Amino acid sequence: MYDFKYQQANSQDEAVSAQSSAEDGSFLAGGMTLIPTLKQRLAQPSDLVDLSAINDLVGVSEEGDSVTIGSMTTHASVASSEIVNSKIPALAALAGNIGDPQVRNRGTIGGSIANNDPAADYPAGCVALNATIITNTRKISADDFFTGLFETALEDGELITAVTFPIPDRAAYAKFPNPASRYAIVGVMVAQTGGETRAAVTGASDSGVFRSTDIENALGDTLDASAAKAVSISSDGLNNDIHASSEYRAHLVSIMASRAATAAG
Amino acid sequence: MPTVSMTVNGENVSSEVEPRTLLVQYLRENLGLTGTHVGCDTSQCGACVVHVNGKSAKSCTMLAVQAEGSEVSTIEGLADGDTLHPMQEAFRENHGLQCGFCTPGMVMSAIDLVQTNSNPSEQDVREWLEGNLCRCTGYHNIVKSILAGAKTMQG
Repeated sequence: MYDFKYQQANSQDEAVSAQSSAEDGSFLAGGMTLIPTLKQRLAQPSDLVDLSAINDLVGVSEEGDSVTIGSMTTHASVASSEIVNSKIPALAALAGNIGDPQVRNRGTIGGSIANNDPAADYPAGCVALNATIITNTRKISADDFFTGLFETALEDGELITAVTFPIPDRAAYAKFPNPASRYAIVGVMVAQTGGETRAAVTGASDSGVFRSTDIENALGDTLDASAAKAVSISSDGLNNDIHASSEYRAHLVSIMASRAATAAG
Repeated sequence: MPTVSMTVNGENVSSEVEPRTLLVQYLRENLGLTGTHVGCDTSQCGACVVHVNGKSAKSCTMLAVQAEGSEVSTIEGLADGDTLHPMQEAFRENHGLQCGFCTPGMVMSAIDLVQTNSNPSEQDVREWLEGNLCRCTGYHNIVKSILAGAKTMQG
């Protein structure tokens, strides 16, 4: 690891000002991706601003028709949250299947979506559930937030504070995990909220999470699993690596969408 | 260099460390607690699992400075004098190890499982061990040990 300066911020303002005034500052959330990246010398930030002591970034609350999760809430906390389990059980299940127990104990929702790994689970959950990402300066819809491979709409000095999820009528996430890493080779979140059906795909595309309108049209209002299974997805632009060919991933998109639709009921 | 303070196995410790020092390096090299192992050094194998504020964490994927003010426990803190912790005893009784390299991480992870789920099924144990690799045993006796240890821990 290259050397860096480290600071633990005690408030959102302190974190933003420390990051902005640093030469090349980086926020540190759970560190489940950032620390391994630093160890491999793939990144060289001048400063790390640790967010773990900022208490108002942690927690789950329900308000009206939505559930809001603080950005520093761990995957384990989301998976075991009574509110998430009763209002959006699909999201609790998604969080409970990320990585391994030690990753879930430290990894956070804000860290995961800020990183926007093309095979991470949360981006699919955010897009299918039509979540809103709340930062220190604005609100960004999930559709506009995830802009490409490891790319988001976040600007320098912008800190994710929470994510708000509208409570769906029904939803489910189906993941075909890599057996070693547990990252999604393909994962599909299907959700129906206020009559709108959405299907978001992670793991498949080389530009990260995307909505499949073909799958959404096939699912329709009834979440027709067999129609989703029959959709032929193009392998153009899908990842092709040692884990799976792009054709195999294309096939998995329909299969995982159909499994998610069945699970959503 | 920043100073980091925490409790490790109930004792207050405080040292100057470089920010890039990993928690596992701090435990092994500064405190001499070499029971916590470095296996893969890439967050996969779980030989370095310790508890931070009661929850299992991979100490190779955490900076020592991130543990500021935390309660850390390691494999050395489990036994009460000559009396092994019930989970350690279960690993001994059930031959839950061969070379023993992964064992400290297995035991620390297993205790977190039982604290989270006091009556785990075999399936629960196998799924929980996602983040702990053993290259000797094929896991059979590890799972048996954890189920036995869980029973004793429930008392």
